[in-house]
Amino acid sequence: MKRFLLFLPLLAAIIVGVVLFAGIGKDPTKLDSALIGKPVPAFSLRDLKQPETTLDEAVFRGEITLLNVWGTWCPSCRDEHDDLMWLAREKKVSIIGLNYKDNRDDALVWLDRLGDPYSKVIYDPKGTLGFDLGVYGAPETFVIDASGVVRYRHVGVVNGDVWERVLLPVINDARENG
Amino acid sequence: MLRILCFVVATVVSSMTFADVSAVYGFDDRSEEQRYQNLIAELRCPKCQNQNIADSNSPISKDMRNAVYQMMLEGASDQEIVDSLVGRFGEFVKYKPDLDSRTFMLWATPAIAVLGGLIVVAGIVVRSRRTGTAAPTLSAEEQARIDKMLAEKNRNGSA
Repeated sequence: MKRFLLFLPLLAAIIVGVVLFAGIGKDPTKLDSALIGKPVPAFSLRDLKQPETTLDEAVFRGEITLLNVWGTWCPSCRDEHDDLMWLAREKKVSIIGLNYKDNRDDALVWLDRLGDPYSKVIYDPKGTLGFDLGVYGAPETFVIDASGVVRYRHVGVVNGDVWERVLLPVINDARENG
Repeated sequence: MLRILCFVVATVVSSMTFADVSAVYGFDDRSEEQRYQNLIAELRCPKCQNQNIADSNSPISKDMRNAVYQMMLEGASDQEIVDSLVGRFGEFVKYKPDLDSRTFMLWATPAIAVLGGLIVVAGIVVRSRRTGTAAPTLSAEEQARIDKMLAEKNRNGSA
């Protein structure tokens, strides 16, 4: 009995070690979206590039798309822009933009100067759709399957590594189990 | 005199920068205002993770306060308001998460710690009682040795 008690601290250390080790490398600022497995919330907002057109959740039907939340006020969005261009051009990924809490003129200048990776851009100056999607910081990128259901949300910059490691597996899964 | 005046002005002006961020919302009665304050104190900002939305000045907290206010005006209950925000931002925004399989350990750990502590304390008490009664008894051999030592000491002392 006494002998066993001597091993108690070691046992406690192992348990604590396992629990803490599981937390290593996890970024607590990245939260899972509450919308995973749910359809994109209903909305009715203007098209950024064609102000007279109104877009709704039906734009996400038909093919797997990335929904990229961005704004000209967001430095990290500038950072990931070239990678989005690469995805649209080289990987033929369909990307729909959500221009979040921005103004139209600035956004159009941005797309004109840096290139336009988006098939469509939803113009959300008040951030209403962003709020319904639970966006808490741009850039955020959602994977939405062909039936308009949210599969994944990535918080932060998209780059080649994130594409290979994170987004592509989700997209492949959505293709197989679509 | 001028110095005092400067001090008074500075004191009054400095408090303005700390004006309550939620002061822009008007309520008809005190209980509604209290309800609002309770709600925003219990909701957590997803961006600045260790603040509630009452304390945080981030844009997302502002949007969330605004949503709480709007829903209150529309007559939503506290539960409906919290559920609607959890539906968008996830369980994370509640400072008091529901009890489910994921949060079980979170809720149970304090009880387990207290229980573990009680068991250890009880063990110590029981053992000390047992050894406590056993301590004064000496074997016959030990008793004989002590008697001998005492006798020797007395002899030396008297000599």
